[in-house]
Amino acid sequence: MNKKKITMRILALVAAMSLFGAACGSDDVAVGTGDCDSVDSVSLQLQWLTQAQFAGYYAAVDSGIYADYCLDVTILEGGVDIVPQQQLASGAVDFAISWVPKALVSREGDMDIVNVAQVFQRSGTLQVSWADSGINTPADLAGKTVGNWGWGNEFELLAGARSAGLDPATDFTLVQQSFDMLALLTGEIDASQAMIYNEYAQVLEATNPDTGELYTADDLSVIDWNDVGTAMLNDAIWADGTRLGDEAYADITTRFVAGSLEGWSYCRDNAQACVDIVLNNGSALGASHQAWQMNEINGLIWPSAGGVGVMDSGLWDQTIDVATSESILAAAPDSGAYTTEYAEAAVAILEAKDIDTKGNGWTRATITLNAGGE
Amino acid sequence: MINKRLRMVLTVVVALVVVVALWEGYKWMGQQTDDHWPGTNFGLPTATNDMIMPHASDILGELTVDIRDGRNTLPMYVFLLKKAWFTFQEAAIGFTLGLAIGMGLAVLMARWKVAEKGLLPWINVSQTIPLIALAPLVVTWGRQQSMPDLVSISLISTYLTFFPVAVSGLRGLQSPDADHVELMRSYAAPWRTTLFKLRLPASRPYLFPALKIAGTLSIVGAIVGEISIGTKTGLGRAILEYAQRYAVAPERLYASVIGSAFLGLTVFGLISLTERWVMRRTREVVS
Repeated sequence: MNKKKITMRILALVAAMSLFGAACGSDDVAVGTGDCDSVDSVSLQLQWLTQAQFAGYYAAVDSGIYADYCLDVTILEGGVDIVPQQQLASGAVDFAISWVPKALVSREGDMDIVNVAQVFQRSGTLQVSWADSGINTPADLAGKTVGNWGWGNEFELLAGARSAGLDPATDFTLVQQSFDMLALLTGEIDASQAMIYNEYAQVLEATNPDTGELYTADDLSVIDWNDVGTAMLNDAIWADGTRLGDEAYADITTRFVAGSLEGWSYCRDNAQACVDIVLNNGSALGASHQAWQMNEINGLIWPSAGGVGVMDSGLWDQTIDVATSESILAAAPDSGAYTTEYAEAAVAILEAKDIDTKGNGWTRATITLNAGGE
Repeated sequence: MINKRLRMVLTVVVALVVVVALWEGYKWMGQQTDDHWPGTNFGLPTATNDMIMPHASDILGELTVDIRDGRNTLPMYVFLLKKAWFTFQEAAIGFTLGLAIGMGLAVLMARWKVAEKGLLPWINVSQTIPLIALAPLVVTWGRQQSMPDLVSISLISTYLTFFPVAVSGLRGLQSPDADHVELMRSYAAPWRTTLFKLRLPASRPYLFPALKIAGTLSIVGAIVGEISIGTKTGLGRAILEYAQRYAVAPERLYASVIGSAFLGLTVFGLISLTERWVMRRTREVVS
C-alpha cells in the first residue's frame, strides 16, 4: 500500500466524520428529520371509522412521518357515541379531529379547545337528488321531502334554504335520513344529504334497476354548499387550550400539526399508496370507494392558498355567520377559537424540507367506481 | 343417544329450511302483488325488493365471498368468525364480572334484609339508564385511567349481565322451604354453611335461566359497546361498517347479523352444557 493511498483514506475518513458531525450538530435546528432524543406518545381521536377521510394521519403513522417528528401517535377511531372534542376536553386524548361548527358549539359549552390546523379548506356536504326531479338550486327544494342527518349536519342546508327565501319549517318537509343512501335510492325522499367523498359515491356504486348498469353522475343533480355560499368548515385539528400554555404540549402540537400536514402532502402526491394504507388499517369500504374518497378529500384540501392547514379567515367568518344566523351559536366565538401559529410554523418546517404546501398543481384524478365500491 | 343427536340436527335443519322458505315466500308474494297483501290495498310491512330483502341464497353466498381485512384477503365467514372471537372475549370478561357482581349482591341481599331493601330498587333503576348515555361515560373514564377500550366494552357488557343474575340469584337463594332452613338452624349451622349446603344448591333452577339471559345480554352489551365506541375489532364494528354500506351491499349486513346470531347461540349452548354438567355433578347434594 503506497503512501498516497493512505493519505487519501485518511482524508476520506475525516470528510465522512465531519459530515457526520454536521448532521449531529443540526440537532436543534431541524425538526422532522427523525433525529430524536426522546419520543412523545400522543393520541388522536377521529370522528368516524378508518377511511380515506383520515388518510393523512394514517399515512403519517405508517410511513414513519410522525416518527421523524419524534412522535408515537395512536389513532383512535370514532364510534356512534364518540364526540371527539369531548374526548379531547376530558383529557382522554391529546388531539381531536372535528368539524368547526360542532366543535364551536362544544366550545361555547365551556370546553377549552382550540383549532390549531384547518386541514379541509372546503366543505364536502352536498344535497343530492335525481336529475329528473328538477332540483338544481336551494329554491327548488320548496315542497319537496328533504333528507338530512341531523346531529349538527344540517346547518348548511338550513342556511342555504333560508338564503333562497325558504322557511325550512314550512316550505319543505325535513326528514331524518340514515347514514346510507337507501332513502334516495328507493324514492322515499327527493333530496338526500351526502358527503362528496362518501355517500355521493355510494349512489354511483349502486345498480340502476332500469338499465342494469351502475348509476352515473348524469343521473344526479347536486347542490354544492360551497357554491351557494353557506358552506361551513369541515375537518380541523383541535388541541386542548389549557394545555397549550404548557411549553412541552405546545412543542408537541407544532410537531404533531407538521407531521399531520406532511402526511396530507404525502397523500396528495401518493394517493394510491394512501388508499392502500387506509385499507391495510382495516376499512371495510371497498378499494374503488376509498380511491374515490382519497381523490375527493384531496380536493377539499388542495389547493390551500395560504399554505396547508392555515385558516382562511374568510371561510371562518362565513362559518361563524351561518352558525350565528342559524342560532347554532349564541354569539361569535372569541379570537382564541383558532390560531394559525402552529399551522404556520408547520408550513415553515415543511417548506424547509422542500415539501409543496400549497398544492397549486394538484388536479382531480378520474376514479372509476365499481359496483358496491369494491 | 344417537337418535337424540340426530333429532337435534334434524330440528335445526328443518328450522333453517322453514325460515328460508318463509323469507323467500314472503318476498315472492310481495313481488307478485307489488308489496300488498294479496287481494287487498293494504301494504306489506316491509318492501320485498332485492335491496330491502336480498335473496337468502345471496346472503348465504356472501358468507363465502373473499373480502379484504386489512392486509389479508379472506372469506367472509372466516372474517366474521375472527370478529366474533374478539366479541366473545369481551363478552366473556363482561359475563364473568357480571356473574361475580350479581351473585355478590344476591348473597348480600339474602343475608341482610336491610341490604335487600336498600339495594334492590337501585339495581332496578340501574337498568333504566340507556346504554347510549352510559357508553361514552364509560369509555371516557376508561381512557382517563389509560385502560384499553376492550375493558370499557367489557364493563358495558357487565352492566347488562349483572342484573338478571342479581335478581334471579336472590330469588333462588330465598327459595328453600322454611322447613329446610329450620332444620339447618336446629343443627346450629352457621349462615355460611346454610349458604353453601342449602341455599346455593337450591338456587340452581333459578340461576341457570338467568345465566342464559345474561349470556346473550353479554353479547348484546359487547356489540352495542363496540358500535358506540368504534373499536377496531369485533362484530359491532363489522355491523356498523356494513350498515353504512347497506344501500350498495345489503347482503353483507345480513351476513354480519347472522354472525352475531351464531355467536349468541354458541354462548347459549355453552351455558346449557354447563348447566347439564353442574346439575349432574351436584344431583346427590340436594336430592
